[in-house]
Amino acid sequence: MAKVLVMKERKEKFTNLSNMDIKSVYTPEDVKNIEDSKDIGLPCEFPFTRGIHQTMYRGRLWTMRQFSGFGAAEDTNKRFKYLLKHGETGLSTAFDMPTLMGYDSDNPRAAGEVGVCGVAIDTIADMEILFDGIPLDEVTVSMTINAPASILLSMYIAVADKKGIPLNKLGGTTQNDMLKEYTAQKEWIFPPEPSLRLITDTIIYCARNLPKWHPISISGYHIREAGSTAVQELAFTLYDGLTYVEGVIKRGLSIDEFAPRLSFFFNSHNDFFEEIAKFRAARRIWAREIKKRYNPKDERSMTLRFHTQTAGCSLTAQQPYNNIVRVTLQALSAVLGGTQSLHTDSMDETYAIPTEEAVRIALRTQQIIAHESGVTNTIDPLGGSYYIENLTNKMEDAVYEYFKKLDDMGGMVSAIEKGFPQKEIKESAYSYQKEIDSKERLIVGVNDFIEEEKAPVEVFKTNPDVERKQIQRLKDIKGNRDKKRLKMALEDLKRAAHGDENLMPFIIEAVKSYATIGEICDVLKEVLGTYKEPIV
Amino acid sequence: MIRDALTNEGIEVIYTGLHKTPEEIVNTAINEKVDVIGISSMTGAHNLIFQRVFELLNERGKNIPVFAGGIIPDGDIPKLKEMGIKEVFLPGTELKGIVEFIKGLS
Repeated sequence: MAKVLVMKERKEKFTNLSNMDIKSVYTPEDVKNIEDSKDIGLPCEFPFTRGIHQTMYRGRLWTMRQFSGFGAAEDTNKRFKYLLKHGETGLSTAFDMPTLMGYDSDNPRAAGEVGVCGVAIDTIADMEILFDGIPLDEVTVSMTINAPASILLSMYIAVADKKGIPLNKLGGTTQNDMLKEYTAQKEWIFPPEPSLRLITDTIIYCARNLPKWHPISISGYHIREAGSTAVQELAFTLYDGLTYVEGVIKRGLSIDEFAPRLSFFFNSHNDFFEEIAKFRAARRIWAREIKKRYNPKDERSMTLRFHTQTAGCSLTAQQPYNNIVRVTLQALSAVLGGTQSLHTDSMDETYAIPTEEAVRIALRTQQIIAHESGVTNTIDPLGGSYYIENLTNKMEDAVYEYFKKLDDMGGMVSAIEKGFPQKEIKESAYSYQKEIDSKERLIVGVNDFIEEEKAPVEVFKTNPDVERKQIQRLKDIKGNRDKKRLKMALEDLKRAAHGDENLMPFIIEAVKSYATIGEICDVLKEVLGTYKEPIV
Repeated sequence: MIRDALTNEGIEVIYTGLHKTPEEIVNTAINEKVDVIGISSMTGAHNLIFQRVFELLNERGKNIPVFAGGIIPDGDIPKLKEMGIKEVFLPGTELKGIVEFIKGLS
C-alpha cells in the first residue's frame, strides 16, 4: 500500500478579511450554481460583473487621480500643476478640516487646522486661485467635500462662469455623501434628513445643468478605513446608494435622468482576491437592484462606475518603504476589479501629507501597472476562476443579509439613528486589532519582522504662515464686498431653506456675492439644525 | 475601539465625541473628575491643541495626566513630551499597551 504523506497546514483556519473561511482549493463544484449568461456575462452587458465598458483598459486606461491639497490655494495649485506635468490625468482636491466642517479660517475652532490636512477655502476668491491656469473644460476635478459640498460645488460653478466656461463642459465629482459621514468618517454639520435634501438638490441641479458632473461619489472608502470588513463596506455603501436614488425618485425625476451620473468610491485593502470579488459583486448587485426597482431604459443607469483608493489604514509607520509594496498589490486588485479611476497612497502618509517624491512613486506605481504588467491587455482576466466566481457570489449573499437587516430597521437613516452600522464597524475594527495584537494576523514590521531602526523618510511640513495669511485674505475680502448684495443673497437663501425649493441657485448667488463658507453654513444651520451623534 | 478595550479592562471611560475644542475637553475632564485625559489628533493640529490643553489645565490648577494618539510625526514627539504629554501612541500600538499604560498611572 502506498504511503501518503499529508502535510499539516500552517493554520487551522484560513480566512479573508471578512472572516469568510477559504478552502484549500476551488473546483467546478464551487461554481455549479453560477449561470454564465445570467451571473457573469460579458463586459458592458447586464449584470456587468465583468466591467462596464466594452473595451475597458484596451480602450482607455483608468484615470490616475492623486488626492492632494494643503496650505493656501496657491500651494495646492502648484501641486496640481506638478501632478499634471508628471502624467496625472485628473485632479482630486483635499480640503482642510475647517473647510470640511464648514468653518471659516478665522473661526476659533479652526485654530491650528488651517491648510494643514488639506487646502483652506473660505470664499470664491480662494477657489479662483486654486484652479488658476487649469483648463476646467479639459481636466476633470474631484472634490472630497461632504457636509458643505453644495457650497464648494457652487464656488466651482461660479469660477467656471467667471472664466467663461459653459457649465455643460464641466466634468468632475463632488463626494457629497453624508450617510457614510454619520456611519464612519464623522465630518458632519446638519442632521441626516436635511443633509439628504441638500444632496438631492445637488443631484437634481447637476442633472439639469451639469450633464458631465458626478454630483455624488457614494463612498465605502471611509467605512473601510473606520475598520469595517469588505462585506460591510460593500453592503452599507450600496444601501446608501439606493437610499439616495429613492430620494431623487421621490422628487419626481426618472431614473435615467440622473442614475448614469452616480459614482462610487471603494477602498482596496490587503486581501487581494477578496477585493477583486468585492468590485465584481458591487457591479452585479447595483445593476440587479436598479433594474428590479426602477426598470431603466438607459443601460448606463445600471452600471456602477467607481473610483478606488488604496487602503490608508493598511499603511504602517514602521518600515515605511514596505508601504510601496502594499500599495502596488492593492492597486493591482483595483485594476483587476475594473476601477474607473485610482488613487495610490504614498508610502509616508502615516506621518503627514506626502512629499512630492513619495507622491511621484505612488503615481509611477500606477503607470507601471498600466504600461508594464500586461494586466490591461484583456478584460476581467480573473473572470471564470473557480475561486473568484465563488467569492463574488459569497460577497453578494453576505451583502443581501445586511440589506435585509437594514430594511427591517426602516432604512439607513433610522439604522444610523439606532447606531447599527456604527456598531457593526466598531466591532469589526476591534476584532481586527485583537487579531493583530495576538499575532493571529501578521503585519510585516508591526507585529513580526520588526526592526529597531526606522527607515528614515522625509516628512512634509506645511508652511506655518498659512493660517495668518489666510485669515488676512479673508479679512480683506470681507472688507471689500458688496454688502447689500451679500445681505440679500443670504436672506434669500434662508427663506428658500425654510421652504422646499432647490437650494443650489441660492447658494450659487451667495458665493458669487463673496459669502464665506462659514456664513452660508451659519444660515443653513439656523434653519436645518445641527447633528448630535448617538454614542454607540 | 479604544473605549471598548479600556471598558473591557474595567476602566471607566467618558467619551466626549469627536471634533472637540481644548476648552470642551478640559471642561469635561474637570467636571467628570477623570484620572487621565486621552486625546487623539489626526489632522496635524496636535502641537497647538495640546499646548492649549495644558494652558487650560494650568489656569484651573489641575494636574491631570494627558496622553496622545493619532497621526503625529516622530519629530514632534519630544516637543509634546516636554510640554507634559505622558505618552504618544502611534498607529500600530497594541491595545494592551494603552491599557497597561493607564493602569500604570494609578
